[in-house]
Amino acid sequence: MALVTEERGQASSLSSLLALPFHWFMAALNAPMSFVQRRFGIGGMGVVFLAPNMLIFGVFVLIPVAINVAYSLTGGTAIFMDGRHFVGLDQYRSLLNCENYAIPSTCQEDAFWQSVHNTAFFVVVQVTVLVLAALGTALVLNREMRSRGFWRSVFFFPVLLSPVVVGLIWKWILQRDGLLNAILLDFGFERTLWLAERHWAMFWAIFVSVWAHLGFYTLILLAGLQAIPRDLYEAAMMDGTGRLRTFWRITLPLLWPNLLVVVILALIRAVQIFDEAFVLTGGGPGTSTMFITQYIYETGFAHVLRNLGLASAASILMGIVLVALTALQLAVSNRRAKKEGA
Amino acid sequence: MNALTTFLLRRRGGQSWHWTDMLAYLWLAIGLVLMFGPVLWLTVSSFKTPATLAEFPPTLLPLDTQVATVPGYDKPLPLYRVTMEDGSQRVLAQVRRVGIMAQMVDPQSPQAIVRVPIDKRVPVREISLATSNYSEPLRQFDFLRYFQNSVFVTVMATLITLVVNSMAAFALSKYEFKGRAAVLGIILATLMVPLSVIVVPLYLVVNQLNLFDTLWGVILPTVATPTGVFLLRQYMLTIPDELIDAARMDKASEWQIYWRIVLPLAAPALAVLAIFSVMWRWNDFLWPLIVLSRKEQYTLQVGLNAFSGELNVQWHYVLSMTVLSILPVALIFLFLQRYITAGIANTGLK
Repeated sequence: MALVTEERGQASSLSSLLALPFHWFMAALNAPMSFVQRRFGIGGMGVVFLAPNMLIFGVFVLIPVAINVAYSLTGGTAIFMDGRHFVGLDQYRSLLNCENYAIPSTCQEDAFWQSVHNTAFFVVVQVTVLVLAALGTALVLNREMRSRGFWRSVFFFPVLLSPVVVGLIWKWILQRDGLLNAILLDFGFERTLWLAERHWAMFWAIFVSVWAHLGFYTLILLAGLQAIPRDLYEAAMMDGTGRLRTFWRITLPLLWPNLLVVVILALIRAVQIFDEAFVLTGGGPGTSTMFITQYIYETGFAHVLRNLGLASAASILMGIVLVALTALQLAVSNRRAKKEGA
Repeated sequence: MNALTTFLLRRRGGQSWHWTDMLAYLWLAIGLVLMFGPVLWLTVSSFKTPATLAEFPPTLLPLDTQVATVPGYDKPLPLYRVTMEDGSQRVLAQVRRVGIMAQMVDPQSPQAIVRVPIDKRVPVREISLATSNYSEPLRQFDFLRYFQNSVFVTVMATLITLVVNSMAAFALSKYEFKGRAAVLGIILATLMVPLSVIVVPLYLVVNQLNLFDTLWGVILPTVATPTGVFLLRQYMLTIPDELIDAARMDKASEWQIYWRIVLPLAAPALAVLAIFSVMWRWNDFLWPLIVLSRKEQYTLQVGLNAFSGELNVQWHYVLSMTVLSILPVALIFLFLQRYITAGIANTGLK
């Protein structure tokens, strides 16, 4: 990892400022830790150092994963295991019980399938638009130009805003008497209730999430573009190669690994879409912008009848997709790392 | 015509414009409006009074109708610039409106009432910042409380994340022990599996530990981030083992090696993780939404959402509090932009 070596000095001055109480805390821990070291020996200290993280990780990640499976195999509304009865794969069966998967209303859990359809549509459109827009922005920002840092910030800063803030900003602009309607009326268009019409609501859910995440993927692609050796472009210019041809023959092939990582990362995030869309549309109108994570939240927590079993089963199905995507991502970046090493 | 465009588009170095240049500048211009516009609009709107906010079409700037206190009237009266029948202009105060006529008085001589058709008058407006949008909710509502809760969650979670993750990363990069490969495998496997997949059982665990509806219930499940361990471990692998061996020769304890040698050397990676952890925890929404049920425990994001979801949305307060919640993030961005962008570009973290 070529992590900002030239910024090492700055980083340590920053940390030394914040580190004074930290320093005392660590020094105070030296005596008990030396005692532990005498007990377990130098070789045993590895496990000791690992213990706190693994303890928290075990309690809050590994145990929940196990309980998740247990929940999805039991029924009832009880939170605790002794109040729940074993139902086998019934939860999965009722989730997957569908006459026609293309039409959510023919399914037993029509809300789940509606959310699956919405999520699938969202993922396909959002990832495509997001990656193309990020590629375009990265190409523009990679040009020779004045105040490139400023332009990079312009596209990047929404990444830092919280999803709730992003949702609220756009809700404010898109409301009935909002800025967008005012501008459109000025140009002679009609007033539209952007978030109350199903197709527009989906459009804005996609638009807003692209707006919020564009800068992140642009940055990754920009780093990839800047790693392409300059002399390749100089050679192409000497040969009088056109710009489009240069893009297809040099830029795109060399950027391909980065592009693949970006696509998979964007897929992983898009499958889990929740916060911005929830604040912006609340899943509405009706269930037209309800996504899988919201379905899990509503089924397990927001409804009066908490159906934790169904929610768990749905989250496990989503988890399987995400683990597959993650494995794909690791495989791709490993291959990239190997190539770079070779 | 052709000569004119050639002249206008002439550039230094004699290179002509390619269509991709046009496209690039167009893209930048659209980006500037689309990216900055909404946040700018939010900020400007947050300084408008409720009356100005309710107007349609909205005014560009936070204008406010000027009022004057006129002797003989209890309430301050709104001022209008009136075009009289003879074409002259006067500033009058409106007493009341009857149909299409307005009854107005001159603030200087309040005895005589002047009748004016309403289309002959425009309100006198000036730019004024409704700072009460900011001061009122801080006084009336629990926003300060939400703010404190968010700061507490962010700071504690980040500190614990840094200590616990760096210890684990140290163990995984500099020690040989049984099961190390298995632990690494588990961490890699859960690298991207998000909280949203395990929220349901996590709720049970947090309940069992009596952490439900507490800030610690928000903090603890987030601190053992596999991403953080992985990032720090990869960085610590580049620290030469000879340094550690030399310290052992000098009778340093393992704990001293960890925090006096390894931690300072891993400072750049720690800084990246710290910045990301602050951003993650400050912006967290789904998990706090589930764990916190009493209003006093709300974090800023949950509070903002609850406030904007109320039946009668008080937009003037929602907007100002949204601006306040952005401020810390904006400050971090201004000062640490280079770390953030370098961190993302190098690690693909977010």
